[in-house]
Amino acid sequence: MSAETAQNARRSGGASLFTDQRFRSLFYQALVVGLLGAFIVFIVFNTAQNIEKRGIQTGFDFLSAPAGYDIAISPFIEYTAQHSHGRVFLVGLFNTLLVSALGIIAATILGVFLGVLRLSPNWLVSRVVYCYVEMTRNVPLLLQILLWYAIFLGLPSVKQSMSFFNDTFFLNQRGLILPEPLPSDGFMWVPIALIIGLVASFIFAKWAHKTQDATGKIYPVFLINTAMILGLPILAFAAMGFPLDFAYAELKGFNFKGGMTIKPEFTALWFALSLYTAAFISETVRAGIQSVSHGQTEASEALGLRPSWTMRLVVLPQALRVIIPPMTSQYLNLTKNSSLAVAIGYPDIVQSFGGVTLNQTGQAIEVIFITMLVYLTISLVISSFMNWYNNRVRLVER
Amino acid sequence: MKFGKVLFVAAAAASVMTAAAQAGTLEDVKARGELQCGVATPLPGFANPNADNVWEGLDVDVCRAVAAAVFGDPMKVKITPTTSKERFTVLQSGEIDMLARNTTWTFSRDVNLGFEFVGVNYYDGQGFLVNKSLGVTSATELDGASVCVQTGTTTELNLADYFRAQGMKYETVPIATAEEGAKVYDEGRCDVYTTDASGLYSLRSVLAVPADQVVLPEIISKEPLGPLVRHGDQQWGDIARWTLNTMIIAEELGVTSANIDEMTSSNNPEILRLLGVEGNMGEQLGLDSKWAYNVIKTVGNYGESFKTNLTDTLNIERGINAQWKDGGLLYAPPMR
Repeated sequence: MSAETAQNARRSGGASLFTDQRFRSLFYQALVVGLLGAFIVFIVFNTAQNIEKRGIQTGFDFLSAPAGYDIAISPFIEYTAQHSHGRVFLVGLFNTLLVSALGIIAATILGVFLGVLRLSPNWLVSRVVYCYVEMTRNVPLLLQILLWYAIFLGLPSVKQSMSFFNDTFFLNQRGLILPEPLPSDGFMWVPIALIIGLVASFIFAKWAHKTQDATGKIYPVFLINTAMILGLPILAFAAMGFPLDFAYAELKGFNFKGGMTIKPEFTALWFALSLYTAAFISETVRAGIQSVSHGQTEASEALGLRPSWTMRLVVLPQALRVIIPPMTSQYLNLTKNSSLAVAIGYPDIVQSFGGVTLNQTGQAIEVIFITMLVYLTISLVISSFMNWYNNRVRLVER
Repeated sequence: MKFGKVLFVAAAAASVMTAAAQAGTLEDVKARGELQCGVATPLPGFANPNADNVWEGLDVDVCRAVAAAVFGDPMKVKITPTTSKERFTVLQSGEIDMLARNTTWTFSRDVNLGFEFVGVNYYDGQGFLVNKSLGVTSATELDGASVCVQTGTTTELNLADYFRAQGMKYETVPIATAEEGAKVYDEGRCDVYTTDASGLYSLRSVLAVPADQVVLPEIISKEPLGPLVRHGDQQWGDIARWTLNTMIIAEELGVTSANIDEMTSSNNPEILRLLGVEGNMGEQLGLDSKWAYNVIKTVGNYGESFKTNLTDTLNIERGINAQWKDGGLLYAPPMR
């Protein structure tokens, strides 16, 4: 359509406005936005109306009211039934973060390991990993959680606990009981030494890298850094005269008293999440490694690099840019899947705050809204971290 | 703040998006052709599917009675099993018309949650179940025990209160349904199972070795269990309330499903009013004049329901659930 006819069409007005492409696209966009707006307004009013009709009280006052119920697992903050629902929220949040963080770490280590083994030239190893991956990722996670829980509940009862290392560790169906460390005066130097070790090794690594760039001289960075990170705290520990005692657990009445208990609910959830996600991660890692052309490996071998260097300096850096993006979504999945905790009563945010608090207070909308916000926030944090990391490792194009 | 509130309601609205129609539950039920009634996830004696997959139990009988009052047919009920956690949301959202799920009548549920309890069909109290082999004879000896408790219940709160008052510690093992609880308890994850005493008897019947289990003598709370409806629809609330009362009054007057037809020619005006021979009580409720007749004829009176569901199968005595004339707490307002 020429500019002239378009102008004519616009002048004649009415239905022929629709022949104008710009007007048409504006019109449809406005229509869509309008409908969406109307839909949202409808939902808001419908909800508000229903809440009012049913006499449900809304608001966030319940957060400061006493919760009145106990939570079995709260490793980071003190919690009793007299604490508020707001405190329950924190306990649940920490429990979710705990199992997600440990799950992500375990799944990553195991996943990378399995991914590399899957490519092993050894037929048996690669087949075994293949079977593991296919079996794990094709069975629903919920069933795996229940399976692990059933396995842990199948352990001996409290009275018949397995005991290890001269009655310092116990294992029974109510968990793994460990001695509780009781740091005394002077123990604070150990974490300080650890921090010093970390900073020093970071500086040393930078310096070694620069020196290698300038002179070609290679230092055993890994060895020296490990020695610093582990050695300094141990040195500090010894210098202060081993300022650490342990409180050992003892069977008294129904359960063990003293010590720390890692409950089967936590372990079952952690195992299931880690093993399940590791299967996916191993496939991602395998795909990432295979995406690097074999010519690269051959070239690096031709240059005389050791196989471990080939992997670390040539293949992995190129594989990472393929691996990181899908890895991000695996981490997000793991975090969100941790809400299946509700099936075995691990008090994560959905079980405790989103479940029990919701039920005890009846503030469904508020509680679900907050819980959703929590997952949204955690997911956004993970994904922005991974995006940052992805930017760092991506191929620099010139 | 106002904007925040609107935004918040908007974001969360999807969770309560249901038909706005709520006054007129009776019309809705009639139009649908069946009553939607929430009960417990299988809890023998109160709500449990039998061998033919037909739900039965003391609570289910309340559902059936309301269906009989509305339709004259006790089978026109869609039974929805609910967990202790989801039961209120399901009722609030209108997925069910009434909830008969051994639910304790409390202030906050009645006032804050927007419900209306229509009566009490079982007077209960919270107790403890333990294995005999533990050698425990009183709840005061439970210091340090692991306790299985259903989440989102008043039980959970009473438990915390009781142990605090006694200065004892415990480990809570949260469970979602009675079935799951039985499994976890049998496995030995917890030493003690706590719930309403009726629930303990019911649980005991499904455990591996029921004879090894003992219910401790302490009853630590008042648990009046009753059916409830959404607040705001008075007519529907009245129907549910008087259906339950009908079952109780029928027992008091000696009207049973077996002798009801002879009773229609009784000399007792109260019975005649109850059975719709005289007066227009059905009409006042918006129901058929034979509504109460249908309830008793097809479901039976309270005593019959109690006997078949609780005494015959679980050996639960009437105890405080006897009629007031027999020294119990059952006392329905007069039908006049």
